Amino acid sequence: MSGSNEYGALTEGVYYILLSLFTPMHGYGIMQNVKLLSNGRVELGAGTLYGALGTLVERGWIELLAGSQDSRKKEYRITESGRSALLSEMTRLDELLSNGRKLMGGEPE
Amino acid sequence: MNHVVRKYFADFEKEEQWLNDMSAKGLALVEYSWARYVFEESAPGEYIYRLELLEEDPKKAKSAEYLQFMEETGAERVPAGKKPSGKSVYVNPRWVIFRRKSAEGAFTIYSDTDSKIKHYQRIYRLWISLAVMELIIGVFNIMLMFVNNPTALNRVNLIMGLLLIVLALFFISISMPIRRKITNLQNDKLVRE
Repeated sequence: MSGSNEYGALTEGVYYILLSLFTPMHGYGIMQNVKLLSNGRVELGAGTLYGALGTLVERGWIELLAGSQDSRKKEYRITESGRSALLSEMTRLDELLSNGRKLMGGEPE
Repeated sequence: MNHVVRKYFADFEKEEQWLNDMSAKGLALVEYSWARYVFEESAPGEYIYRLELLEEDPKKAKSAEYLQFMEETGAERVPAGKKPSGKSVYVNPRWVIFRRKSAEGAFTIYSDTDSKIKHYQRIYRLWISLAVMELIIGVFNIMLMFVNNPTALNRVNLIMGLLLIVLALFFISISMPIRRKITNLQNDKLVRE
């Protein structure tokens, strides 16, 4: 995975879901974790999270933990292609930030 | 002590707002059926209510899985009123009312633009398909008037036809604010993700 525009921008929600899933988690855990990571700024709605998890599994960016298919609480974790998506997004965000700082004469690193 | 309130809403967000206002007053919804709400006294603001139109009938696997997911996040579904036979009476079982304790924090179902748009589109399609259905049957009824011989039945066809067309116009009128919300959100997406 090379080109940084291979995926396009991720939503905040998806970005934080992927970050959260380096540790396997179930839905409610992800909601709590995203809230924690963003200092309470990003509160994922349950419907939004549910839809995002479905799409991410379909894309192969996250997967259901083996053995949790049938259990009440499904646990997810990030996959290899999920990691690449996240990395390419971080590169993109870096570019945005560094250009912003450069052109606005912003704060030093 | 249960309180029964009869009230009708065409706008689900106004209905949601009203349920939350009632909750703030210490009246928590415990059961509902068409234009009829049953409240129980509770601590003021104990619950936050949210309405949702599910993609599919709750009996189908996809919805059942979603409802279970909602439960995991601490939301419970407010049950519909029951007939004496014990059968739940839903106007449309795809419309569900959730509540969650406000102590667990803000409760939203759709938190980003895309999923909000999808939800509104679902509702828009429901109102439009109802409008189209009533319109077709209504026009058909009126057309029958010209086909049949002049009998008493004709007047019934005319009245039925006109009523159905009025109903169709009603569904179109409630779909318009939803259409506007979808357009606004889509415009938002041009500047924000």
